[in-house]
Amino acid sequence: MRISELFAKGEFVLTAEVGPPKGFNLDHLLHEAEEFLQDIHAINVTDCQSSVMRLSSLATCKALKDKGLNSIYQLTCRDRNRIALQSDLLAAAYFGIDNMLALTGDHTVMGDTKQAKPVFDLDSVSLLHCVKTLESGFDIAGNELDGDPPKFTKGAVVSPCSDSVDVQLAKMERKVEAGAEYFQTQAVYDSEKFIRFMEKAKQFKIPVQLGVIIPKNAGMANFMNNNIAGVSIPAWVIEELKADKEKTKAGITGVEIVAKIIKECREHCQGVHIMALGWESKVPALLEQSGLK
Amino acid sequence: MLITALKTPDEIRASAGAKTVIISCEGCKEVHFPEAEALALYQELKDSGNALKVIRTEYVCSPENLTVQTKKHLDLIESADTLVVFSCGVGVQSVSEKFAKKPVFAGCDTIPLPGYQGVTPLEVDCDQCGECYLNSTGGICPIASCSKSLVNGQCGGCKDGKCEVDKEMDCAWERIYKRLEKLELLENMKYPAKLRNFAP
Ligand code: SF4
Ligand code: SF4
Repeated sequence: MRISELFAKGEFVLTAEVGPPKGFNLDHLLHEAEEFLQDIHAINVTDCQSSVMRLSSLATCKALKDKGLNSIYQLTCRDRNRIALQSDLLAAAYFGIDNMLALTGDHTVMGDTKQAKPVFDLDSVSLLHCVKTLESGFDIAGNELDGDPPKFTKGAVVSPCSDSVDVQLAKMERKVEAGAEYFQTQAVYDSEKFIRFMEKAKQFKIPVQLGVIIPKNAGMANFMNNNIAGVSIPAWVIEELKADKEKTKAGITGVEIVAKIIKECREHCQGVHIMALGWESKVPALLEQSGLK
Repeated sequence: MLITALKTPDEIRASAGAKTVIISCEGCKEVHFPEAEALALYQELKDSGNALKVIRTEYVCSPENLTVQTKKHLDLIESADTLVVFSCGVGVQSVSEKFAKKPVFAGCDTIPLPGYQGVTPLEVDCDQCGECYLNSTGGICPIASCSKSLVNGQCGGCKDGKCEVDKEMDCAWERIYKRLEKLELLENMKYPAKLRNFAP
């Protein structure tokens, strides 16, 4: 189901992200999705996240669909040129996958296959433009498609807490122009920054989902602070993670922190996007504590 | 060796402001510069009163040489509202580095060809991409200066103004945004989604 229909109905849209394995056994991923992500409207499947080679996003979306779960096909421009990207989008349409999210993608040197050629024939903006063109019945070279054109809900990402937030807003505007219909944000830990960002992003009149990552410990929080673009973690979060190590290890502290942020931001956004990073099992507790279930 | 082609007269007319100084680099002359067309355009802009001056010079790609060549025209350049540079991408970038407070536009596209360009300085580079983007990007090359050669804006990997690929390297799109902001030309970034043409 296209998630644009949910946004149109005014639903607070819940999505969560899963990362395919480095191998072709999907049992674990599917089991966790069925067990813990039942209340989620659509499951994002990452596309070789952080430039680490893994099972394809498309195959995983299809496997989720076969289990009756709705998915969002993430597509980066790192590994495929415009021919391959369009071909895979048609494959997604064939499988009945109708939500997509366009990303430029991390550079190949960020991952585990540094020697690979970074493609970037297209980028997030031109990929959105490309999907829109396919939807009009033509490929990007102007040739007519055979049969019905595909139709996707087209998503994109934005970093509200980036130190370059104005540059990010300029890019967001370009994505809207190119056809983005909803946004998922990079992980937010600073509600005030997010709310200030939404004041400016409101002008685009496009639904924005607050992105969250459940922090596993203070070390992870510090690492993200120092190394992950667009993530800035205030001191109170790190203090709380340090306070009671056992509670933090059990995931209770992380869930409390994120639930607090969701509650503070809820009236300023149109949904939540949870990047569980292996902690899918904590999602039900998070939804409950945030008042989303 | 390199080849430049003139941008369309309409594009050039649109970039020239009311008070334009034209810098025409004729250093790599052997390389096919469309001289007759360029001269006709210069004349047209002069006749319409838009071009204050045409500085015919050479090797503006070298910052030292550029300083020498423009020395006696500094007042004029100061009074201009735009500079239109007819040179390869390196030359345009050298001019926009030197006159960072002025909107600088490229009059040419730089076509790929093996070999080197002019007296290439170390700070800037041009990959001869075939459709010069410098007019939308405040004179900073998104092809040679961005690790992913992105033509539609910043990726999500910029942290503290640095590129995700190299923490020592300034993010090109951060620089482009800052420069356009300073020049009050952020509107330039609002072009429709661009797709690069890789056809030879
Ligand atoms: S955009 Fe960059 S690579 Fe392309 S012609 Fe201009 S300076 Fe050269
Ligand atoms: S961080 Fe900046 S320079 Fe580096 S790839 Fe992204 S946009 Fe390009």
